[in-house]
Order: sequence, then structure tokens, then C-alpha cells
Amino acid sequence: MERIPILKLGKCLIVSIQVDMDDGTAITLQDDLTEKIVRHRAKGVLIDISALDVVDSFIGRMLANTAAMAHVLDAETVVVGMQPSVAITLVELGLSLKGIRSALNIEKGMELLRGIDDVPELANADEQH
Amino acid sequence: MQTSSTEVVQVGGGGDVVRVRHAVRKAAIDLGFSLVEQTKIVTAASELARNMVDYGGGGTTTIESLLDGNRKGLRLIFKDDGPGIADVQQALRDGFTTGSGMGLGLGGARRLSNEFEIDSAPGKGTRIAITRWKGIV
Repeated sequence: MERIPILKLGKCLIVSIQVDMDDGTAITLQDDLTEKIVRHRAKGVLIDISALDVVDSFIGRMLANTAAMAHVLDAETVVVGMQPSVAITLVELGLSLKGIRSALNIEKGMELLRGIDDVPELANADEQH
Repeated sequence: MQTSSTEVVQVGGGGDVVRVRHAVRKAAIDLGFSLVEQTKIVTAASELARNMVDYGGGGTTTIESLLDGNRKGLRLIFKDDGPGIADVQQALRDGFTTGSGMGLGLGGARRLSNEFEIDSAPGKGTRIAITRWKGIV
């Protein structure tokens, strides 16, 4: 079975889906991402789907589930690069992916995630004792 | 109405769903479908092919390119010999599922098609035919 590579960049994980995934590959990606969020203490996940010319209900659900799981694990997910024809089709299919943050391209997506690094650390907590 | 070409894809497992998507995409491109039209029919095909794998024990997808006067269309027939659907109206409703899916497959495929026919009964398998015509929203 094909495995989609996951790259680590600072506190973010980056995935670019370049193949037409069957359901098994999609589930494997979801599991791999969840596992790597924990292992690398990732704060952000960027999923580039610009190469996907079809997102059906299964892949849409995988994206939504991944975002939900990441959220529970204290990481934010951004899906970037959805083709306009895919967006039109997804909405007509009945999937609005409301829980997913999206951006037009990788650059904009990284900008969204970069904000996460600006969260102030609780550095002063010790000084009060 | 003429059928200018016919292709049959056997659908047994998840990998075959991808093969159906590719075959339908190619047929849609050959007919000159716009990118949005291609994406809609390929997505509908993906939903219905997966349903055959998940609920029908596999089946066949027949891809027919249609010529009707000046109209060009694509008809896809999904046929399985699985358990069939007891209540078709219920199955077409968004959110209804007997499995682990979201229940968008049948209703969504119908919305993405210009014509939709379903023929199913318990123990009789399921046959679904969808058609999209080029240039029709």
C-alpha cells in the first residue's frame, strides 16, 4: 500500500497528497498524522491537496477527522490548495467541511499556522514563587 | 440515442474504486466535459463504486458514452449482486447509513448527476444508473 510522506518543519507537520488515494491509503495517512502529532509535539498540520482532482465523501471525512483528532491533541490543521472544481463538487455532494480551516495555497496556510508559534509561553509562571 | 463506446470495470476492492475514477475521468475528457463536469461525474462514480465494495460485495461499473442528436453524455451503470436495499427512499436521504460512512453517497451521487435511476430489492442486488450531459448544469 502507498504511504504518503509527512515532513516536519519546526512545530508543524506538512503533507502534500500527490496521488489518487484509495480508502486504505487515506486511513493510513490519518493514523500516521495522529501518531506524528504526538511524537513530535506538533502544533500545526498543513495538508496540501492541490494535486487532488477528486475529493469524495470518504477523503472529505478523512480530512475532517484528521482536523478533529489534531484539535484534541492540541494542534491546528489547515487544508490548502483545494481546486475550485473540487470545492464546487464537495458542496453539491453535501460536504461543507465546516470544521476545517483552509487557505488558498501553502504560503497562506503557513502564515495561518505561524500564528501558533506566537502564543506566549508560560515563562513567567516560575518567577511568582 | 447511440452508444458510441462502452467499457466495463470490475470492482472488487478499494483499489478498483480508484480505477473507476480514472476510467470515468478519461471518458469524460474524451467527450469534452468541462473540468467541473468531469469532477462531478467522477466524484459521483467514486461514491457509487465504493458503495458496491462496502455494501454490495463488489460488482461492475459500465461506462457508456452517449450521442443523442447534438447532445453528448456519459452514462454509468453500477451493478452488484449484494443484499440489495430494503428501503430505497430512506437510503437516498442524506445522513442515512447502515455502515460507518457519512450517508452522503447515494443522495450526493444523485445531486451530481442529471439523471438517476435505482433498482434494488432485498436479495436482488442493486443496479444504479446515472447520466450526465455535457453543457447541462
